[in-house]
Amino acid sequence: MSTSLETAAPDAVAQGLRRVAIDPVSRVEGHGKVTLLLDANHRVQQVRLHIVEFRGFEQFIQGRPYWEVPVMVQRLCGICPVSHHLAASKAFDRVVGALPVTPTADKIRRLMHYGQVMQSHALHFFYLAAPDLLFGFDSEVNRRNIVGVAQAHPDIARKGVLLRKFGQELIRATAGKRVHGSGSVPGGVNKHVSPQDRALLQRDVAQMIAWAQEAVLIAKQLHAQNPALYDSFGSFRSNLLSLVRMDGALDLYDGVLRARDTAGAILFDGASDQDYLGLIEEEVKPWTYMKFPFLKSLGPELGWYRVGPLARLQNCDFIPSPLAERERLDFIAWGRGEPIQATLAYHWARMVEMLHCVEVIQGLLDDPDILGGELIASGPRQRGGVGVIEAPRGTLFHHYEVGDDDLVTMCNLIVATTHNNQAMNEAVRSVAREYLDGRELTEGLLNHIEVAIRAYDPCLSCATHALGRMPLEVTLLGFDGALIDRVLKSHSGEFRHDLGTVPSVSV
Amino acid sequence: MTATPAPVAPLLVFGWGNLSRGDDALGPLCIERLRALAAPATAVDYLDDYQLQIEHALDLVGRQRVLFVDASLSCPAPFELTQLQAARDISFTTHALSPQALMQVFFDLRGEAPPSCTLLAIRGECFELGAPPSPAALAHLAAALAWATDWLDADQ
Repeated sequence: MSTSLETAAPDAVAQGLRRVAIDPVSRVEGHGKVTLLLDANHRVQQVRLHIVEFRGFEQFIQGRPYWEVPVMVQRLCGICPVSHHLAASKAFDRVVGALPVTPTADKIRRLMHYGQVMQSHALHFFYLAAPDLLFGFDSEVNRRNIVGVAQAHPDIARKGVLLRKFGQELIRATAGKRVHGSGSVPGGVNKHVSPQDRALLQRDVAQMIAWAQEAVLIAKQLHAQNPALYDSFGSFRSNLLSLVRMDGALDLYDGVLRARDTAGAILFDGASDQDYLGLIEEEVKPWTYMKFPFLKSLGPELGWYRVGPLARLQNCDFIPSPLAERERLDFIAWGRGEPIQATLAYHWARMVEMLHCVEVIQGLLDDPDILGGELIASGPRQRGGVGVIEAPRGTLFHHYEVGDDDLVTMCNLIVATTHNNQAMNEAVRSVAREYLDGRELTEGLLNHIEVAIRAYDPCLSCATHALGRMPLEVTLLGFDGALIDRVLKSHSGEFRHDLGTVPSVSV
Repeated sequence: MTATPAPVAPLLVFGWGNLSRGDDALGPLCIERLRALAAPATAVDYLDDYQLQIEHALDLVGRQRVLFVDASLSCPAPFELTQLQAARDISFTTHALSPQALMQVFFDLRGEAPPSCTLLAIRGECFELGAPPSPAALAHLAAALAWATDWLDADQ
């Protein structure tokens, strides 16, 4: 597993190359920041992706009554609030002794969660990634083929919106509101799905399945039309981590932890989510606020891993829904017996998951348990608990301890973007090796960096979305630490070189 | 799935931001206060969210006028007004859709021009997690609310 270019080699340093760490400009910006360090011969010696993180939220939660937390944690993220809502609820199920929650609560939560994952995946594919995928990066051949795909699917925008809308309606029907829902509570849920809402959703679910199948086909075609690009762009070997059901099936809501090594062999399986601290450790590095999780058994150098759709599809043994399972088999076959390591394969895997989500939703909508039955369970009180869920971007850990006064005394969160921190750095380094040419940061390089980062669908924007923030900043430094070039891509799409004021540097 | 919703109020005020991040709360706070101030007969819907997303294009359907409200780090204090036009900007590829891009989604979806949309950008200063809105931002919000009330009363 290559981790070269994270830190310049000692001999390069001895020849006058300086190590430079640049603090992110602000802790509240929802943008990525990349620094590249050149040697005296203008070769890339170091590449680092800095992502602003929200660890402060853990302090924010301490001292709050535990029953407030599942609603409060939704403010962590405007992209996947439902994932935080449910992960916190699962952790506090243990506090209130709801082991397990009732069948009704389990099914309504699953409906909420699979709706959230489905709509998040739809947004990413149809809108966030579509300009990359449908109009190509720089290849004329690619562009021609992509135009053909686009012509075959002229209503992509419409389907993307309506898939999202369907998911939002699922969330409203289960959480009570489109925003700041409170449907899931410690011990279960606080409402059934109404017959009217179920009927509305049942009316449209078959259409959603058809559109999800089309999306998988588009993703497959993209790979088939340009395998050289899709197999090599941002490709590197990594371990994989995800939840799986006890029988090895894909499960996005609950299960046991499984990890595979870079060759696809199982490292551990059947591990309880409550024991995550025995499996995973987080390394701190001086140049970024975001931690670097790794598997303890392998150590920090070899133990970093990927999470999310690419990991989940290859970590599970099967998908427990027929249409998506057929597509998973096609996906796995693409690897010709080897784990698929290509960053762009995230898109294909994401669409297979979206199809699975809609299949699961269809089954749950037909289940009478969502309309009636016990909502809340309880049992012997516990001091704390861990809630783990497969959020759209990957495995999400919520860990809390609660005092006798019902106030939270400890909170630890590991979000998917943190799990993928090292992997995203590797992807950016791979792109920098291939596309950085000389001393100028080109828009083409910036675009390729963005494509690599975006495949992981990171929550760079979990923070604020105030007008005027910069989504991406790339800085090029010379061997003496001097600024050579800096480019900024604004929220409005403006691309500009900026050799003005730079953040303070520590050497 | 039909994209045609039930009948809606002709006016929509849509604010977005995160209540837990200091001045980023200006959008939702503006919605909360306008809703409290609103005369019962005013034909207006109020919506708030963390950020604009593509499905919000459906919330524009059937409107005569739309007012978007967000905190801004770059506009002059206390607030800035912009009459918006649909545009396929780079926010299509980020998690933070611009109102112009949302209007473009509306056009892509419906094949017709979106309603008249105005952006009310309220100057913010501090966006720290867990921080309350700053005194300066609240002063800017008060000025913006006065303008927004007039906007609601126009043509009523």
